Amino acid sequence: MSELNQMSNQAPASPERRRFVGVATAAAGLAIAPGVMLVEVAHGRPEDQAASSAVRWGMLVDATKCATGCNDCVTACSTENGWTPVAESAHPKQAPQWIRKLELQDPLTQMETNLPMMCQHCAEPPCVDVCPTGASFKRADGIVLVNRHTCIGCRYCMMACPYKARSLVHESLNDTQKPDVPRGIGCVESCTLCVQKVDRGDGNTACAEACTAAGHDALLFGDMNDPESEISKRLRELPTKQVRADLNLNLGVRYHGI
Amino acid sequence: MKRLLALGAVVLTTAALAWAGSDDQPKAGGAPKPVITKAVKGEQCVEPTDTMRRDHMKFLDHHRDQAVIEGVRTKKYSLKECINCHASETTGSVAASKDDFCVSCHSYAAVKIDCFDCHSTKPQGSAAMHPLNAETAHYKHKLAAQAASKVSAEEMAGVAQ
Ligand code: SF4
Ligand code: SF4
Repeated sequence: MSELNQMSNQAPASPERRRFVGVATAAAGLAIAPGVMLVEVAHGRPEDQAASSAVRWGMLVDATKCATGCNDCVTACSTENGWTPVAESAHPKQAPQWIRKLELQDPLTQMETNLPMMCQHCAEPPCVDVCPTGASFKRADGIVLVNRHTCIGCRYCMMACPYKARSLVHESLNDTQKPDVPRGIGCVESCTLCVQKVDRGDGNTACAEACTAAGHDALLFGDMNDPESEISKRLRELPTKQVRADLNLNLGVRYHGI
Repeated sequence: MKRLLALGAVVLTTAALAWAGSDDQPKAGGAPKPVITKAVKGEQCVEPTDTMRRDHMKFLDHHRDQAVIEGVRTKKYSLKECINCHASETTGSVAASKDDFCVSCHSYAAVKIDCFDCHSTKPQGSAAMHPLNAETAHYKHKLAAQAASKVSAEEMAGVAQ
């Protein structure tokens, strides 16, 4: 009993954590200062190093290359992250959609546009603004995530997101999750820009890999803060748009050809 | 009066001893002791066993905040690494059957485990160890329906009892 008391009497974890956060910030600052480190940070940082704001992960979608009827990015995402595709779901209306394929038609000209839609990884994310618990958060490198340890499933973020990017896990997943991608009942989820792959140093997302493998090359993932990255170069050359640019959210996903 | 009490005590004690000594009676001692299987991999845990037994959640909670919020992905204290070493050789899991590593102690201590609502109980490994990691993972719910060894709701509920 005395042991138990000792345990509960120990100070809560927060001061310890605050100290840790301080140290981590200092370390990241040091790493960025010499400049040479910047590139190393962008391409597979060491596992003991925190994500850094020197990097901003983003995606360029070239809608002119996105093929009609192709669903490879969606399949690749569900395979990588372990969510059941809508078509295979027992409850399609509740099925998660981390990424979905849209086919749009201009009613005047009949021109068709294909594009994948997912979390846009807003620099000013409304989902984070409304979250009552702080579970919805933006990581230093621009990836917007849900901390499932603190998410209470209130779904405010689902209502706040202008892009319908989020979904709630309604039913128990019975241990079908992938070890790298924890997700579960009562928590909201959305595209993570394959954060497990990014942290592993793969430097690409499952959807972009699949699109390239299919020969379409419509998706390009990379560091938008690094002027030498492929995505930065293409963004300099191509005219691109943000969906609902009027909302001024500074999106991490940019579209060409819409 | 005193002598009478003493006599009474002797009689009671004898009766109690006789009762405890009889083989037909169940032995006092409460719930069955947890089965603690030695980790499949590794010789020594990241901290001494006594420390881990008491404080594993402190290590895990601290590590999880670093990993999720900061993106620090060190292996020490990572739940995934616990599972890699402690998954049972028969079920391939730390929480699929009642003698698996996590469940065994937790049901003895009557402490519900929430981890596996979200985290996989199986290590990342060969397709045989964890068929849901295979290339066909997007059919995982079909596989799960066939697999006999999945954690049933009853089993997980049993953990809480
Ligand atoms: S697209 Fe939606 S879910 Fe993603 S960061 Fe923006 S508001 Fe949040
Ligand atoms: S559902 Fe979860 S992440 Fe979304 S607003 Fe509520 S607590 Fe935050």
